[in-house]
Amino acid sequence: MAGVTVTNLVKTYPSGNRRATDDISLDVADGEFLVLVGPSGCGKTTLLRMVAGLETPDGGTVTIGGRDVTRLPARERGLSMVFQSYAIFPHLKVRQNIGFGLTMQKVPKPEWNTRVERAAELLDLTDYLDRHPAQLSGGQRQRVAVARAIAVDADVLLMDEPLSNLDALLRLQFRAELKKIVARLGTTTLYVTHDQAEAMSLGDRVAVMRDGRIAQIGAPMDVYDRPGERFVGGFLGAPPMNFFTATVHQGSLVVDDQSVPAPASLASWNDKKILAGIRAENITITQGQAQEGVEAEVEVAEPTGSAILLTVRWAGGELKVQTGPGLRVAPGDRLRLELPAAALRFYDPETGLVLA
Amino acid sequence: MKLKVQLACAAITLFMGAPLYLITLAALSSRRSLNEFPLSLLPTSLSGETMSTFLQSTGILGGLLNSLTIGLSTVALSLLIGLPAGYAMARYAFKGRDPYQLALLLTRALPIVVLSVPLARIFLDTGLYDTTYGVTLLHTALALPTTILITSAIFLGVSREQEEAAMIFGASPLAAFARVVVPQALPGIAASAMFTFVLSWNEVLGASILTLNRRTLPAQVLATLADSPLAFRFAGGLALVVPALIFIAVARRYLLNMWGTTLR
Repeated sequence: MAGVTVTNLVKTYPSGNRRATDDISLDVADGEFLVLVGPSGCGKTTLLRMVAGLETPDGGTVTIGGRDVTRLPARERGLSMVFQSYAIFPHLKVRQNIGFGLTMQKVPKPEWNTRVERAAELLDLTDYLDRHPAQLSGGQRQRVAVARAIAVDADVLLMDEPLSNLDALLRLQFRAELKKIVARLGTTTLYVTHDQAEAMSLGDRVAVMRDGRIAQIGAPMDVYDRPGERFVGGFLGAPPMNFFTATVHQGSLVVDDQSVPAPASLASWNDKKILAGIRAENITITQGQAQEGVEAEVEVAEPTGSAILLTVRWAGGELKVQTGPGLRVAPGDRLRLELPAAALRFYDPETGLVLA
Repeated sequence: MKLKVQLACAAITLFMGAPLYLITLAALSSRRSLNEFPLSLLPTSLSGETMSTFLQSTGILGGLLNSLTIGLSTVALSLLIGLPAGYAMARYAFKGRDPYQLALLLTRALPIVVLSVPLARIFLDTGLYDTTYGVTLLHTALALPTTILITSAIFLGVSREQEEAAMIFGASPLAAFARVVVPQALPGIAASAMFTFVLSWNEVLGASILTLNRRTLPAQVLATLADSPLAFRFAGGLALVVPALIFIAVARRYLLNMWGTTLR
């Protein structure tokens, strides 16, 4: 068991003129499940590959379990990995695939057998041990890749978008299973994905990355509820956070002729423009003749089964509103929306950074 | 339409097969039956006499041994040089990669005769003239372009991630290559090796120019062709054709594999 520490890691690919990872520092505690999430090209896979030893950083260090491994080849870092394309060996049977790491470590035969069988059992592969990968389905191949990674009992487990090649239903099933297995093993895990839902559901902590930097890192719900910058709020969550520009004026946010109460902490922004953000599920709809809240008109209503997703237009532009399935609305209906001050987040309109 | 295709297939097969059949028939018939008229097209008087006389005549057995030695050394040498080159072409983007690939093909644009005469001079100076080593070097140079291009295409078929996975799980780069890449590339490597062997076996011009006494089989047959009896020519022809046939029989599956066809 070991934690992973990354310090000031810099990498520029020869073909690119931009840094793939730009001075990243990161601490993963022993036994923690950390998810690196971000849009493609944000440097998350590069970061993972540098921890794995498959890519050499231009600067900075990687420490695993207190040991500086920056200059060590992958095989001496004591880690294991699940690849996006599975990367299981087609010329070996499932048994040999799962035991590959143990074979390389020259583990004696009886122990080799028990460990391979234990890993296979954990992933429901016992019946397939004597097949070749070509005779397995995509989901089973992914299980082989995971079984191979856990059979070696490595200190650190790396996963590079392991679920992205599975179909939607299988992905959902396997996601929960993966979380259960990793929790049971207690291995320090670094997990890369571009899927924000996957990141939220799996990680003890989530690191949202953008342009080679970590934009925000924290517990999934913390990051979700309190995005540190506009980008994070817009990336995490489905639908993403709503943003609108407003002017602070004497304790309220003014948008056109509409106004919303503003918290006292915004006093220093009086008569200045500000970017406000709110999650779709935090907006409440007030029907009837009530006068509080802001006016809006329904543009689209999308029932999703457990909820209804509304796209409404108001003075501040477009808003996504999530509401209970009981509500009956049609496009063109006029509503009043309440934007609770506690659920609003405020950002600098120029930098997009959260206001303290 | 279907009939026409069938006919065309039969015609092409006959065009290739009939001379082969006639050579085999003549080489395995008794010498007397060759002069009969009309010539029997069925194996009526089979005899190993022609073949055994052919094999016992001067230079033939030696030529056979030389050809085998040169063929096998060429395979070994061209794989030794060609596999790393093919691997580099498949895995790394390096400066001058495309010109290098083109230059490889250009070496085949030079006629062997043009290549052989200056080579003979150099070999005379260095003491390589009239040795199996000299011919091996020439044949390796001839075989390398195809070896490199074929093996690089095969290495491209093994994903880089598989090698990386092997290295993550404790393999050194060499072990990853030996345990993961080679087993998957083996059919292609075998096909390219057989291709090289047949190329060396059939190459006659360079081998004739670069040797005097240590002739390869085709060079020996060519040299003695003019003043040998008809039966010998057939026997020589058969001796030259058989390895190619064996090659095709063995390599057929791999070759189809190599070009990505699933035909069986």
